[in-house]
Amino acid sequence: MQISINGRPRELDVDVDTPLLWALRDDLGLTGTKFGCGIAQCGACTVLIDGNPVRSCVTPVSALEGRDVVTIEAVSGPEAEAVQKAWVGLDVPQCGYCQSGQIMSAIGLLKIEPKPDDQAINDAMAGNICRCATYPKIRAAIHAAAKTLEG
Amino acid sequence: MNLHIPQLTAGPITSRRNVLKGFGGLLLATYVPMQGFAQEAGAQKPAALTPNAFVRIGRDDTVTILSKHIEFGQGPWTGLATLVAEELDADWSQIRVEHAPGDAKLYANLAMGAQLTGGSTAIANSYEQMRRTGAAARAMLVAAAADAWKVPAGEIRVSKGVISHASGKSSGFGAFAEAAARMPIPQDVKLKDPSTFTLIGTDLPKPDSFAKSHGQAQFTIDLRDPDMVVALVARPDKFGARATSFDDSAARAVKGYLRSAIVPQGVVVFAKATYPAMKARAALKIEWDESKAHALGTQAIVADYRELAKKPGKVAEARGTPLDKISAGGARVVEHEFVFPYLAHAPMETLDAVVKFDGKTAACHFGSQGPTIDQAAIATTLGIAPENVSIDVALAGGSFGRRATAGGDFAAEAAACAKAFGENVPVKLLWTREDDLRGGFYRPLYVHRMRGTVEQDGSISAWHHTIVGQSIMGGTPFEKMMVKDGIDTTSVEGASDMPYRVSDFQCDLHSPTLGVPVLWWRSVGHTHTGFAVEAFLDMLLEKAGKDPIEGRLALLDPKAREVGVLQAVAKLAQWRGRKAGDRGYGVAVHKSFDTYVAQIAEVMRGDDGAPKVTHVWCAVDCGVAVNPNIIRAQMEGGIGFGLGHALFASLDLDDSGKVVQTNFDTYRALRIGDMPKVHVVILPSGEKPTGVGEPGVPPIGPAVANAWRALTGEAVAQLPFVRGGTA
Ligand code: FES
Ligand code: FES
Repeated sequence: MQISINGRPRELDVDVDTPLLWALRDDLGLTGTKFGCGIAQCGACTVLIDGNPVRSCVTPVSALEGRDVVTIEAVSGPEAEAVQKAWVGLDVPQCGYCQSGQIMSAIGLLKIEPKPDDQAINDAMAGNICRCATYPKIRAAIHAAAKTLEG
Repeated sequence: MNLHIPQLTAGPITSRRNVLKGFGGLLLATYVPMQGFAQEAGAQKPAALTPNAFVRIGRDDTVTILSKHIEFGQGPWTGLATLVAEELDADWSQIRVEHAPGDAKLYANLAMGAQLTGGSTAIANSYEQMRRTGAAARAMLVAAAADAWKVPAGEIRVSKGVISHASGKSSGFGAFAEAAARMPIPQDVKLKDPSTFTLIGTDLPKPDSFAKSHGQAQFTIDLRDPDMVVALVARPDKFGARATSFDDSAARAVKGYLRSAIVPQGVVVFAKATYPAMKARAALKIEWDESKAHALGTQAIVADYRELAKKPGKVAEARGTPLDKISAGGARVVEHEFVFPYLAHAPMETLDAVVKFDGKTAACHFGSQGPTIDQAAIATTLGIAPENVSIDVALAGGSFGRRATAGGDFAAEAAACAKAFGENVPVKLLWTREDDLRGGFYRPLYVHRMRGTVEQDGSISAWHHTIVGQSIMGGTPFEKMMVKDGIDTTSVEGASDMPYRVSDFQCDLHSPTLGVPVLWWRSVGHTHTGFAVEAFLDMLLEKAGKDPIEGRLALLDPKAREVGVLQAVAKLAQWRGRKAGDRGYGVAVHKSFDTYVAQIAEVMRGDDGAPKVTHVWCAVDCGVAVNPNIIRAQMEGGIGFGLGHALFASLDLDDSGKVVQTNFDTYRALRIGDMPKVHVVILPSGEKPTGVGEPGVPPIGPAVANAWRALTGEAVAQLPFVRGGTA
């Protein structure tokens, strides 16, 4: 089957029930998207589908006909730039393993809410676990990115 | 798109050769004698002069530091590189960092005598070694420049990566790297006076932040190879059960499935990719022999432990006659019991490893926390010599202690899988989250029984502390070093040596053995001893009518470093007592790994009736602060880790001995909305630096317990505070 990944149509030779996560990682070599739980609890596998953050570990490739998938490897635009710059500038990552997912969720948030308050951040980021508890820096980086976007 | 793993293609000492080849400049081998408790601990004494290869300087001016400590979040890459760069007078922008390969002769932890990251020792054991490395490299570059410029070495200056002379000559490092490599390695270098440091003590940016923020950091799970096979192991429901036979007829229908085999850990399933391996594993039918399996539930274990706790155990520390004083009457006796559950580490990246075995040598690539232990475990499993096992260390998505076991159990499992596959291809063993949470090696379950007396004048006259729980070190290769006269020091650390001056004192221990595998977990014994001591002391002080801060200070030796952090945290939080309106305030102070941390928690009752922690103030004394930004981050991370488990986490066994919580839906993790605002102050100090990866953890639980008691009058007896389910 064919799906659109990072703006390109990609041919996939996998069973249709294969979660997008494993198609990305094993078949397309896009390993920036991580596995943490497999049951939509941790957010490590978050990608953007039609601009919205989605857990790729529970999204079968069969559901992606005509949809547009963007991963951490190719995410772009003003929100992505602002978020990633803030992440590096504040040295948010510790082990770093959850951070692709955190960043995708943060980008998704800023796209719909350019100036989120703490509660909006809590709600939007509630699905992303960081076992290293980098949460204070994640919060600070989202606020910093929002400020950049303000111009 | 396939990323090859060149290290997987060659023989045993590839890693070392990869380090040495392919660059044109200076690879520095300095000579650093072993020191510290390695000898005391009876570790094998190496030759007096052992070469260490920690830095290479390229023609292009880059300075690459080989980190002997694995980076899984606590910042050793940044810390070790800072130490080298400081004495080398390098510019931070020219610094790169890589993991050193597994090689204990070159890369031993000087506090342990083996290549192992743990015990918050990375900076402490490297502080002089890495600075000497930088200073020696600098001296060799200077010697090479002096030679070329025909000026005395003493007239040459080095600053921010530039070598210069008053005559106007100047150069980067790269131009002299090759000449410097031919200079003699100085045996004795002078290190800087700390007052002249320019990099140590500053918030240098972390070299790994960019890759980790762009999905480019390579973890073990990301390693790929066209020939790679994915392995998943079907495991028994109960610890100690073994597979006797399996039927894979249904699994054979899964596209990409290759085959299965029995290994000591269960039945390994091989497939061409991860998802087919998962599907095939689910389709296997397996017969298990449970005759030797652990079959006791949490409830029964707790009941047994409570019974044991009624009687004193083996005495770890005693002075005076506390038991007599407690039974004599007269003074007011306070008694309390704490129950701490089993806890899983649940690092964000589950355990994984790639092993390629050609029948004679094994090339391995994974986030090995203890390469020396893992090399031995892999060698034993494969029946080859440890020299024939190479380990390339990968970045790892967290550990909290989980990636090191005393016996290298996971490495042995990965080797067993590669051997079972039997072909010379890379085999990637992956654990799912269910494997991780059901896989044992937990922080042990403990019961603490505390009794103490408060005299009429408010003084605390007797203290009796009984601890019940499995020994982490017993029955492991570390037993000889860590278990003294039947007392596992990691079961009582932080309790038997608690800093408060109580005249009549006893701390004793019961160490029952059970079939549940246990392991050190971020801050080891301090995870429960710190809680018990600080929460119980707070109850005694309350009974005595004392302020929690003043009361603690009065019981401490005025010279104790706990005093400094207590005073600093009280000032930072503007401490005004235990309660204000709908907020309770609690304090705790604890030393672990020679670092002193005091925390104050502000707690209110949440909408669900459970504690809601809004602010935490934290003071830390870790000697010289190498990178304050990382220290603050480790305090925040330690607080989040400790808080999440104290509030929400429990790993329970049902009545048949099966694990109840198997993923994050039931093993509840702290989420961003649960994270308090954290305020950190680092005490200025000229003492040698000590670790920060673990010491932030112990005080938070008791600080919250004390705040909750101040607010509600309820003393927590069983952790976690909140039971069951996702947020
Ligand atoms: S891996 Fe998808 S949410 Fe955890
Ligand atoms: S940075 Fe380690 S899990 Fe988030």
